[in-house]
Amino acid sequence: MPAPAQHRLIFQHIDEPGYSNDIDCYLRNGGYEVLKKAVTQKPEDLREEVKKSGLRGRGGAGFPCGFKWSLVDRKSGKPIYLIVNADESEPGTFKDRYIMHQDPHQLIEGTMISCFANDVKQAYIYIRGEMPEGARILEKAIAEARAKNLVGPNILGTAYSCEIFVHRGAGAYICGEETGLIESLEGKRANPRIKPPYFPAVLGLYQCPTIVNNVETLCHVKHIVQQGGAEYAKIGTPGNTGTRIFCVSGHVQRPGYYEFPAGTITMGQLLNEVCGGPLPGRTFKAVIPGGSSAKVLRFGERYKGKRKVGADMVDYDWGVEDVPMDFDSLAMIGSMGGSGGVIVMDDTVNMVEALANINAFYQHESCGQCTPCREGSLWMKKISSRMVHGDARKEDAALLKSVADQIPGRTICAFGEACSWPTQSFLIKFKDEFEAYPEAKKTLPADRLSLV
Amino acid sequence: MSTPTSSPSVNLKPETLARIDEVITHYPVKRSATLPLLHLIQEDAGYISEDAILWIAQKLELQPINVLEVVTFYPMFRRAPIGRRHIKVCRTLSCALLGGYKTCENFQKEFNTTLGATSPDGEVTVDFVECLASCGTAPVVLIDETLHEKVDAARVKQISAQIRAEAAARK
Repeated sequence: MPAPAQHRLIFQHIDEPGYSNDIDCYLRNGGYEVLKKAVTQKPEDLREEVKKSGLRGRGGAGFPCGFKWSLVDRKSGKPIYLIVNADESEPGTFKDRYIMHQDPHQLIEGTMISCFANDVKQAYIYIRGEMPEGARILEKAIAEARAKNLVGPNILGTAYSCEIFVHRGAGAYICGEETGLIESLEGKRANPRIKPPYFPAVLGLYQCPTIVNNVETLCHVKHIVQQGGAEYAKIGTPGNTGTRIFCVSGHVQRPGYYEFPAGTITMGQLLNEVCGGPLPGRTFKAVIPGGSSAKVLRFGERYKGKRKVGADMVDYDWGVEDVPMDFDSLAMIGSMGGSGGVIVMDDTVNMVEALANINAFYQHESCGQCTPCREGSLWMKKISSRMVHGDARKEDAALLKSVADQIPGRTICAFGEACSWPTQSFLIKFKDEFEAYPEAKKTLPADRLSLV
Repeated sequence: MSTPTSSPSVNLKPETLARIDEVITHYPVKRSATLPLLHLIQEDAGYISEDAILWIAQKLELQPINVLEVVTFYPMFRRAPIGRRHIKVCRTLSCALLGGYKTCENFQKEFNTTLGATSPDGEVTVDFVECLASCGTAPVVLIDETLHEKVDAARVKQISAQIRAEAAARK
């Protein structure tokens, strides 16, 4: 079956010749018309549209956006804050960068609509420290919008006022975790907060109700308000509405970003047709479907079970290529859609070495607050690095797995899961390769690509 | 960290001081300006000195430890000066799969330095950093504030030559 056509909703203008990131270009293309319409509507009606749209957060967890907004404590009398999570840093994910660099006003419009819908007077864009250029572009774009009375006091002659400031991170992955991000914005170490309270919507920034949404999610809000929630929900599939941006990297012929109606494309179509398949003379070996913490899929394995199609339960028997790229299908086969970052590895990659690379990342990024994660991520890194650079032992496979098994569920935030899932899944799916590594290592080409 | 007996000295440019005063107004709680102040001072002075930490603490009405613990937590803040140019090579998986380690090694050779160290002429510091969120154009390298994409061996040579030419022009 041929791959469906791309549906560029969020990325409509990305890489479009002649499209620039200034406000005049955005206005020429119909920009801010949706905000102008939105401020004449009732905030609760806008929230209802977002609920109807079925929009799920694009930051990684796929949490329903309308539901997240419905949790906001609107009776406390405290100010409500909105934070744009622009801390894009899950390895394999690179979509928000393009939105902020090439179409910043789309984000600002989506943000302002979301602020108006939630009676937010102050928004912050938390952008990662490694994107100084993105921060400058956003600051310029906000100033342009302010000059046109689209941000700031009495927006468009209404009594509604809202300010946006850009806040830069400083190189810590954990700031993508929403409570870690809030701590960081408060000027502290980004140690995620203990739950309860379960949602910043109740107690967040400065102990006030706070909405934290991903960059792409807020851009979707603009399109939802533009076409109406019900109309938007017709894009994609039930439960996985709207479009989804896939960021494909690693060993394919055409890596890059591709936007499709959610749930309409399979892994095989994405990698073989859209991305041109494996590099010449190579075959696909493994793929991580939703950012580096998602559990790895091994080409050749099968996934079987029953799934709901409409009102019926039907059997499925999929290879990796057959898996639909939506949140639910990927969860069903034991991985996740996460942030849409698809990392492809071909037959030249040794899985021990690839895991050692991932483990070094998570060890570096653990905030250190919870012992199982701080120590566990360190030991997983040490063991896998030693296997590559020092002595590898057959029993290391079981040792690595046992360390990984002791982390998830024992930490304050989901980083515990994020850092153990790669090791757990690599060890389950490529156990043979890990156990054979001490011997295989002796014959691996010495000039092979270093991964760690 | 010792308690200051006199005012800590930071010698910041007037425009940095103006930006500091402006950025503090962005937040209802002064402490939130800790990261922005650290960025502004590091951009001005090149690194975060002990005096800078004490100065920020005074400015934001915090204890020095509140600032120090932030400096030590976030990888981008440094306590010592580095080379004039900072080459940050992405180390993470997607870049590594397309030769990120080789790219990093080539930069070290070009400038006769080692990982994390500054070249003998003081011009360049080469570091590995974690994912720069541009995995589709791997391997990527952030040099000061500019992202360079698909940095293979030939690009390393090109970029290095340009850095050397810019250094020569300054002398």
